[in-house]
Amino acid sequence: MGKIELTKVRKSFGDVHVIPGIDLQINDGEFVVFVGPSGCGKSTLLRLIAGLEDTSSGTIEIDGKDATNLPPAKRGLAMVFQSYALYPHMTVRKNIAFPLKMAGMEQAEQDKRVERAAKVLNLANYLDRRPGQLSGGQRQRVAIGRAIVREPAAFLFDEPLSNLDAALRVGMRQEISELHQSLKTTMIYVTHDQVEAMTMADKIVVLNAGNIEQVGAPLELYNNPRNLFVAGFIGSPKMNFIEGAEAAKHNAHTIGVRPEHITVGQGPWEGVVGLSEHLGSDSFLKVAVDGIGTLTVRAPGEVNAHHGDRIKLAPGGKIHRFDANGLAI
Amino acid sequence: MARAVTPRRKLITTLAAWAVALIIFFPVLWMILTSFKTEASAVANPPQFFSADWTLENYAEVWARSDYPRFFWNSVVISVGSTLLGLLVAVPSAWAMAFVPGRKTKDLLMWMLSTKMMPAVAVMIPLYLLFQRLGLIDTKFGLVVALMLMNLPIIIWMLYTYFKEIPGEILEASRMDGASLWGEIVHVLTPMALPGIASTMLLNIILAWNEAFWTIVLTTTKAAPLSAFIASFSAPQGLFYAKLSAASAMAIMPILILGWFSQKQLVRGLTFGAVK
Amino acid sequence: MSTQSSRFAARMMVAPSVALLLIWMIVPLAMTLYYSFRLYRLISPDRTGWVGFNNYLWFVNSPDFWLALFNTLALVGGVLIITVVLGMLIALLIDQPVKGQGVLRILVIAPFFVMPPVAASIWENLFMHPQNGLFAAVARSFGAQPILFLENYPMLSVIGIVSWEWLPFATLILLTALQSLSSEQLEAAEMDGASALSRFRYIILPHATRAITVVILIQTIFLLGIFGEIFTTTQGGPGSASTTLPYMIFKQAIAAKDIGRAAAGGIIAVILANIVAYFLMRSIGKHLDA
Repeated sequence: MGKIELTKVRKSFGDVHVIPGIDLQINDGEFVVFVGPSGCGKSTLLRLIAGLEDTSSGTIEIDGKDATNLPPAKRGLAMVFQSYALYPHMTVRKNIAFPLKMAGMEQAEQDKRVERAAKVLNLANYLDRRPGQLSGGQRQRVAIGRAIVREPAAFLFDEPLSNLDAALRVGMRQEISELHQSLKTTMIYVTHDQVEAMTMADKIVVLNAGNIEQVGAPLELYNNPRNLFVAGFIGSPKMNFIEGAEAAKHNAHTIGVRPEHITVGQGPWEGVVGLSEHLGSDSFLKVAVDGIGTLTVRAPGEVNAHHGDRIKLAPGGKIHRFDANGLAI
Repeated sequence: MARAVTPRRKLITTLAAWAVALIIFFPVLWMILTSFKTEASAVANPPQFFSADWTLENYAEVWARSDYPRFFWNSVVISVGSTLLGLLVAVPSAWAMAFVPGRKTKDLLMWMLSTKMMPAVAVMIPLYLLFQRLGLIDTKFGLVVALMLMNLPIIIWMLYTYFKEIPGEILEASRMDGASLWGEIVHVLTPMALPGIASTMLLNIILAWNEAFWTIVLTTTKAAPLSAFIASFSAPQGLFYAKLSAASAMAIMPILILGWFSQKQLVRGLTFGAVK
Repeated sequence: MSTQSSRFAARMMVAPSVALLLIWMIVPLAMTLYYSFRLYRLISPDRTGWVGFNNYLWFVNSPDFWLALFNTLALVGGVLIITVVLGMLIALLIDQPVKGQGVLRILVIAPFFVMPPVAASIWENLFMHPQNGLFAAVARSFGAQPILFLENYPMLSVIGIVSWEWLPFATLILLTALQSLSSEQLEAAEMDGASALSRFRYIILPHATRAITVVILIQTIFLLGIFGEIFTTTQGGPGSASTTLPYMIFKQAIAAKDIGRAAAGGIIAVILANIVAYFLMRSIGKHLDA
């Protein structure tokens, strides 16, 4: 079981209110991603749940029991750190077995669980090595192994992939998703990368300046962002925001159009191509549209538009409308 | 440096470096040579380098005239004892200052260090009287405590700089893994800081071994270590050079050998975190 | 990484050290302060009583006082300058590609392992002695008069001996600092056309600042209390030529058996140490982002 409920959780360091007050419910078995720009309080929130920091006020319940003042060890949670935080003086085997040893488990049971975790994570051949002799991806697996042997109520991941190179990151991302599908344990995952959030999460929590901007399934956030911040943060490349006369036509203060929802060829907007990046599968164009400003356009790979060309654009798909306060209409 | 070096330049720098090193080392070498000479040969004019009458007589006589093993044993007990006791007190403090720093941590560290600035002579009389009152004069325990307190700031500072190098996330990980504070210090911090703890130990054993103020003031016979042993030999000025050298060699040799064997470890420790 | 429980634990774990050091500092200091205002002579133990600032006045008005003060500062300053400058030069030399660097380090570190009374007596007897010392023999071989080191240049001799003891410490710390400097930085400077001297001035020296700070701090702590070397060699003489503050206090306590005056001297020495510590921390403390 891994149901976690935060009620009016607040955290201040002196006069700095990192988290002014958060209510959040995480259901058993959910994969929840905290996402937001750096300094938004997502890591602090995770550490509050872990018990590595005290809450200034509010309560944290785990499986219906108040855990606000429990030390980390008593919360039944496991954490994977950004730096992996492996014990450099222990072999992989000892690293993975450490939480079991701390729990006073019998040696035979420890061995059994370590072997099982090693098999799942493809670490069986490395059990007697030390962390210093492993690659980044292998270290990451050891850190995960150390977390899963305890069979915790929930896993906490603090930007676990940020120290890996791009190719490895995609692979590990899928492994963690598969792990979640097979274990069906609650996972809370912190990242600043909205791609990780979109691909892995059952539920995304978008944080900004210590406040929750929106909570929802990935596509829900993509299709119905509650405000400008979420609209701009979710989706890549970033949504285009247009103000002024064009927005007024739609009875809004600001309208938002995603780059992938603009088609090249015919349409009401006309402009000059500035930068054009041809990736093969897609082409990203920066177009200076008359009377509107620069828009990012995601066109098909074979589009024939280059620097200096004058092209016509048509907004398609959904046009997001926002009022003067940045809230969706 | 990975730059190309001409053989000529290498030869010159090598010769220069060796010359300087030998000059620095020469007094120790000369003392050791003198300790193997007869008294007459030791003060011969001109000085004898290779033509001296070599003898082991001086060592035999120093050994016979004084209870060297007792002095030696006292030195071992006092230096090792004060270091171990110091570590026991210092490890938790250094842990706290390194991993739960407050606004005052740096000031606290500097204050601790400043307690060492008080000249020993200035508080000699009161401390002597205090030790007398407590019945600690001429006891090994008294010296162990005194030297432990004297070196405690150094021990704490050294450990602190080593602990600072250990990433806090690893300790947090052990906390998440269910380790108690005790488990965290025993299973994670101490093994990770072992090289640093070893350096700290070495340096403090050496400092305690070579301490020659309190060890002389606070002892008479029973607990007197080698510093007192040598002080009793250096009285007659300009006389008995060979025996004085032999006694000196016997006083410093154990720590010189220990120091040489652990030189790498020690030098790292000596930097007090000055070099990252 | 701090929760209330870990902060509480931290306080509990610092407490023993702080308490021990506080006792170790305050109790003797308080006793010294008490004696410094008392008449307390071991020769006439019956005559006791409060004497106000008389002990301090005697100490400050004593003809030796200002000399002792000067000698103390000269000892600290002299040894610091010699060890840091020579140490840096030797470290630069050993850091070159030389053969047998390991053995060199072993030779250079040796004086650090020699206890002060042994160091003092080696220098006094085997080297500086006017008849039997090696220096005298060298002087005679050139047909010169042996130099009377301890008679004519007592303070310089003491500074020399103490510098020899502390040179390894400075050298090895600075050497470690030099070795931690990336050669890329030096190569970049060389590409930029920096001469050897400006490479030292703008790259090596700033890199070694922290190491130099540590050398100065640690050495000052030990040098302020230097006593054994003077006791073994010059006994503060001839006259009072090499009497430092600690030695003057020692003379009052042991030779004159005047505990009151010695205690007043002790308090003055503690005040001096605090002044030095204050300026030291202020001027170099910022390099010690410990």
